[in-house]
Amino acid sequence: MSDDHDTIDDIETAVLPLDAWHRAHGGRMVEFAGYWMPVQYEGIMAEHLWVRESAGLFDVSHMGQLHLAGDGLDDALEALIPADLKGVKPNAQKYSLLLAENGGILDDLMLTRWDDGSIYMVVNGAVKYDDIAHLRDHLPDEITLNHMDEQALLALQGPRAVDALARLVPGVAELTFMKGSRFDWNGVSLWISRSGYTGEDGFEISVPADHAETLADALTAQPEVRPIGLGARDSLRLEADLPLYGHDLDPETTPIMAALNFAVASKRRREEANFPGAERILYERENGAVVKRVGLLVEGRQPVREGAAVLDADGSEVGKVTSGGFAPTLGQPIAMAYVPVAMAEPGTRIQLTQRGKIHEATVAPMPFVPHRYAR
Amino acid sequence: MPRYFTEDHEWVDVDGDTGTVGISDYAQGQLGDIVFVDLPEEGKELTKGDDAAVVESVKAASDVYSPVSGTVIEANGDLGDTPNLVNDDAEGDGWFFKLTLSDTSELDGLMDESAYEAFVAKL
Repeated sequence: MSDDHDTIDDIETAVLPLDAWHRAHGGRMVEFAGYWMPVQYEGIMAEHLWVRESAGLFDVSHMGQLHLAGDGLDDALEALIPADLKGVKPNAQKYSLLLAENGGILDDLMLTRWDDGSIYMVVNGAVKYDDIAHLRDHLPDEITLNHMDEQALLALQGPRAVDALARLVPGVAELTFMKGSRFDWNGVSLWISRSGYTGEDGFEISVPADHAETLADALTAQPEVRPIGLGARDSLRLEADLPLYGHDLDPETTPIMAALNFAVASKRRREEANFPGAERILYERENGAVVKRVGLLVEGRQPVREGAAVLDADGSEVGKVTSGGFAPTLGQPIAMAYVPVAMAEPGTRIQLTQRGKIHEATVAPMPFVPHRYAR
Repeated sequence: MPRYFTEDHEWVDVDGDTGTVGISDYAQGQLGDIVFVDLPEEGKELTKGDDAAVVESVKAASDVYSPVSGTVIEANGDLGDTPNLVNDDAEGDGWFFKLTLSDTSELDGLMDESAYEAFVAKL
């Protein structure tokens, strides 16, 4: 027996602030995005279901936390992303995309306006150094970019996350979805936003690295909270129709292909058409892209994974599965795939092939599991 | 009934020229929650080391190799509805398939239970 993928290079793999904490709590550590990270504690299935019914603590310190400030910041950053940054008020959070000149997606990200007008941005761990280089190359000298690598990032997710966190940090319950604020916790300054990547209500907490262990201890001491690994993070976000960069999104895909039309929803930005790839993206927005990201319910019990081919009626390969696995909440396999637009309507029956075997699937309305955000 | 193990964490119980094959308890623990097992069909000819089955956890698919050569005579039908039998009882009810051994001398290259325990302890 052997795993399909397991090439680990100990020398290159870095250690995050909570490394010892994860090991002490029984986390099974794997290499991910260049770091040792816990893939699971008690088991992916149990952890996944626990987040859906109670609350789970995720360490996402591998992600890049960036701070951008300076005169003309909004104009400078709007030249690289399609979001209406000028419309983002203090303490408001927005999802956006770092775009290449041809409209391809370089990364997806969350940005928040701080009180002083500056921008706090969270980007994907696997491409954070590329993002930083891209931003430094393209932003004018007046803009300062600080990689906040002295900060850890924790996510507390699930319907009871608010109960657990409010006990430690009074006031967090007043935040609504996609809003953030600074809080004091025993003299430690925390930046907390009501957001996450599971489809559940919850929070993301930026904490100085040297206080990450005490905060993780305090959170997991709450009866609602258990530590959760990357494995459940992946199955939770898949059920919630949240694409993962490097798998469901890459420089070959545009926001419209990726069905992220909401990321180019600003009327002003579309009229100005001054973000990278605007011409192509706005054309696709009007006329449709050639292919589109969809969700698939897979028949039977066998998961269909990333890399499986999508077949048309003649058996020709016309698309690819970009994420796939077993959905613990639904008790069946699900997937994300890119398919020709003619095959993208919910209810369309689709054939997939993996290791010489044909699997039947149906295009599903997304998300697979309804979002339960605190709006 | 002697039981043999491979370095790839398969086991085979041998009774005459009939072998019962599964994965070790250590292996199921490493894989985590098992959601599907793709088993070989009856009559399939396997050479030692061939891909014989695929075990799917929530996270990933892993190949299971045949520890010996032979012809498959039965697959464990219970795994169709209850693949988690492999998690619950990997070295018992969670067996994968039975085969008729074509060359019992292949068993000489495998580990017995205590040798396998020592092997796993070093991982």
